[in-house]
Amino acid sequence: MASTQQTVALAGSRCEGCGAVAFPPSERCMHCGVYGASRIRLSTQGRVWAYTIQRFPPKSPPYVPPPEGFRPFAVGYVELPEGIKVEAVLDCEEFTDLDAGSPVSLVATEPVPRFATVSHQGEAV
Amino acid sequence: MPNVAIVGVGLSRFGRQPDKSGRRLAVEAVQQALHDAGVAWPDVQIAFGGSDSSGLADTLVSDLGLTGIPFMNVKNGCATGGSALLSAMSAIRSGAADLALAVGFDKHPRGAFDPLPEEWGLPAGYGEAGLMVTTQFFGIKIARYTREHGITPTTLAKVAEKAYRNGSVNPNAWRRQPLSAEAIAAADMVNDPLTRYMFCSPGEGGAAVLLASPSAARQLDDAPVWLRAAATRTRRFGSFEVFSPAIQGTGTPSSVSSDAATAVFEAAGVAPCDIDVAQLQDTESGAEVMHLAECGFCEHGEQEKLIAEGETEIGGRLPVNTDGGCIANGEPIGASGLRQVHEVVTQLRGRAGDRQVSGRPRLGFTHVYGAPGISACTVLER
Repeated sequence: MASTQQTVALAGSRCEGCGAVAFPPSERCMHCGVYGASRIRLSTQGRVWAYTIQRFPPKSPPYVPPPEGFRPFAVGYVELPEGIKVEAVLDCEEFTDLDAGSPVSLVATEPVPRFATVSHQGEAV
Repeated sequence: MPNVAIVGVGLSRFGRQPDKSGRRLAVEAVQQALHDAGVAWPDVQIAFGGSDSSGLADTLVSDLGLTGIPFMNVKNGCATGGSALLSAMSAIRSGAADLALAVGFDKHPRGAFDPLPEEWGLPAGYGEAGLMVTTQFFGIKIARYTREHGITPTTLAKVAEKAYRNGSVNPNAWRRQPLSAEAIAAADMVNDPLTRYMFCSPGEGGAAVLLASPSAARQLDDAPVWLRAAATRTRRFGSFEVFSPAIQGTGTPSSVSSDAATAVFEAAGVAPCDIDVAQLQDTESGAEVMHLAECGFCEHGEQEKLIAEGETEIGGRLPVNTDGGCIANGEPIGASGLRQVHEVVTQLRGRAGDRQVSGRPRLGFTHVYGAPGISACTVLER
């Protein structure tokens, strides 16, 4: 798991002009509207900004449930040190582990960003 | 700028009508609006309208009459009705027409919306992973809001309780059974902290509004309701919206609803405290709570006290969603914005029956919010 954390990172962009950070990366800055953003690796550690629990199976298509079938999962936004909040699936032992700004780490980038609580990563190892 | 009058409003029935198409519901709403104004279809000089998923509005001429007028299709998500209204208002103000129609309609299948990520500019992965679910956004936004501003689950339940109670005295509503706050709070969780009965459901309905220049209005109605202002906005940098892979910028997200409300109040020359009756987008009960503050009717966090004291009830200081809103009427995307205008006009005319706000309301407000970060607001005056 430790090696995964080092290799997995989300690609973002930073505007050369105003410094605004974007995810997904974009060539045109959404803040000042000019071209000239450079690619950056976003921080892999952040804090849960807010989350909810997806209690019902989303409609398929487009949803592809896991092989073992749908189970409720947490989805929310992770605030990174850059200030940007990234939408992600959130892995945890108990949903309440995600309350009140819990620290989380990036564990996957596809098909969408996925972060996990420290205790959940401990379990996984 | 010249004033614009609302001389006719029409509404189809809302809720499931298996025997009728979305277009049929639109035609019914237009016919009602024509009847309400005392005009005939050939009197209408220009039209704007749309639906999200029930066909093109300009095809309605094959049911209404082939009079050859310009008819523009509008497709603007939850702001479809508002954008059609704004366009009709602009047509009157420019002098292009004396009588203009705005119409919105939709008929959605059961269950949550199932949008495709590609159509929203997102990678396919967001659909595969189960993130193209509108209800998630509302759950996440209100989860953060309740924590920051001390809004309790009881308040969320009370907002829905009010919606069903108002729906029970609205003969046109879909949901007409009152539900207790306890039953609402105890229902299955859909997206925490929101339960099944706190959400509106995709539904069916059509709504139409006829606008007129002051000279045309004088011939039709000696005391019309005036469309003081209408405004629509799209999201700015740093806002938090449905289907956002990220919230850009730092700190607290901005609100497109605040932007649209600020613009409409400025254009109307009135303030939120002047409003006597309001319609606020209640996709779920948390949305109504947040939109109260985002549109300027209270400070963030004040809703807890406001709602506990019944201020947003039909008998309160600021009655909100007097017809039961989206929660009791359902959400036909293209129709909801003009349903709101229909309800406020009905209240300002004093013809809302069992749900009539007392004290002869003079100023009304409507607000919609939707994906991917749009808002449309109006200020109406008797």
